[in-house]
Amino acid sequence: MEVSIWIFLLLSVLKVAVVTVILLTAVAYTVLLERKLVGRIQNRWGPSRVGPFGMMQPLADGLKLFLKEDLLPTNVYRPLYILAPLIALACALISISVIPFGKELYVKRVDLFQIADVNIGLLVILGITSIGVYGIALSGWSSNNKYSLLGALRASAQLISYELALGLSVVGVVLRTGSLRLRDIVDIQATHGLLSWNVFGGLQFVAFFIYLMAAYAETNRAPFDLPEAESELTAGYHTEYSSMKFAMFFMAEYANMITVGCVATLLFLGGWSSPFGDLIPAWGGPVVQALLPVFWFVSKVFFFLFLYIWVRGTLPRFRYDQLMGFGWKFLLPLAIANIIATSLWLAFRAA
Amino acid sequence: MYLVLFLIFGGLCVAGALNLLLQHHPINSALSLIVVMTSLAVLYLLLGAEFLAAAQVIVYSGAIMVLFTFVIMLLNAGVEERTHGSKAAYIVGFPGAAALLGILVYIFLKQKDHLGGAKLGGYLVTTHDLSSVLFRDLLLPFEVTSVLILVAILGAVALARKEH
Repeated sequence: MEVSIWIFLLLSVLKVAVVTVILLTAVAYTVLLERKLVGRIQNRWGPSRVGPFGMMQPLADGLKLFLKEDLLPTNVYRPLYILAPLIALACALISISVIPFGKELYVKRVDLFQIADVNIGLLVILGITSIGVYGIALSGWSSNNKYSLLGALRASAQLISYELALGLSVVGVVLRTGSLRLRDIVDIQATHGLLSWNVFGGLQFVAFFIYLMAAYAETNRAPFDLPEAESELTAGYHTEYSSMKFAMFFMAEYANMITVGCVATLLFLGGWSSPFGDLIPAWGGPVVQALLPVFWFVSKVFFFLFLYIWVRGTLPRFRYDQLMGFGWKFLLPLAIANIIATSLWLAFRAA
Repeated sequence: MYLVLFLIFGGLCVAGALNLLLQHHPINSALSLIVVMTSLAVLYLLLGAEFLAAAQVIVYSGAIMVLFTFVIMLLNAGVEERTHGSKAAYIVGFPGAAALLGILVYIFLKQKDHLGGAKLGGYLVTTHDLSSVLFRDLLLPFEVTSVLILVAILGAVALARKEH
């Protein structure tokens, strides 16, 4: 039965709209979560005035940013100055499109829990994040400001350096799966619950560590937030941006955090599979059965966001030479060693 | 469907390439080159070379062009100065390019029957197929290329080294 192209288009547009709205809401509440948690880590309350427990704070912040005057500094290179935040946000939002959120569930032959099932999903994500660098690089250059330029240069150098470690850290997972499709990568981890997750049963804990470190650096988060180190660079690459353009960079950063959390969940923590495997018998109707994997997926991503914020609230910033040394002299050799060890182990097991 | 995509991205590729030549500012040229590289990746994708497409985006658009823009930003290269260009370029260059185009068109039209056609869309390549091509059938060229790149890196290090 061939499904009509119009139904396919309609459902796809619907999926894109729903995922984008959920992602942007998640971004807004991740910001709130961060302010709350960092507040508690520093022994203060964080935002608590707007709405119950400060839950309406993201709405107020969004309104504030939206109504602020959009300043265009003199002597900026206007086309790129305007294009840069768009690139940053677009790349951050696009990469979520290949991520599967739950078990395959077809309605009119359209997969409900994934926007696009791409055969090379993992590479698509790596490719889009590598394009996202331009948003930061161009914003810093076009702003015509020394702090912006320094921030952008730092960011470019940092992103290129850590992309290698990031790319190599996932090779072990791909070797184990034999596929670059994200659903295949999850399926192979879904057999025995917690024990068959790549980070435990797949023996990829070293790769997990490398991925985590490289992902912090790729998203410009503490302890690798040198591109926007406020004590030396004012605000780094987005110093000259105000109003919604600033908000775009902000949203891009948090959307990237969420995407990275999703990818880490898929690659190392078994995606939407339950940690208990088949120990808990299936219960509830088909709706519960469809939504339970999504619940596991979201809780794992939440765990990553929590970890992100925890790390930010705990660790001091790296010095720049330490950052480069850590990436090139420690993470990269470790990632290559992990690939060799994984290959040897797989070959030994296959023999 | 595939043909429409091919036309869109083929056109984008040519437009990017022309823009690369016409722009006066190096950073705009670099950005046009990124457009060219990325549209090429989509064309590879249409021809079924998924991995090549992804590698094109990650390596060329993502890494090499970032280095280009990095250098342009670092040197703060200004708008290029217009010159009249060399006479030789006008006298030899344009007829030469036209002749080359003519020869290529002639050869392709003449050999049309002997050339295989490429099909757009509808391929799937597994990592298994890909690795058996890269690491078994074409192992030697693949490794020799890596050695070539290594030699280039060593050369760059040797040139950049300060004399003591």
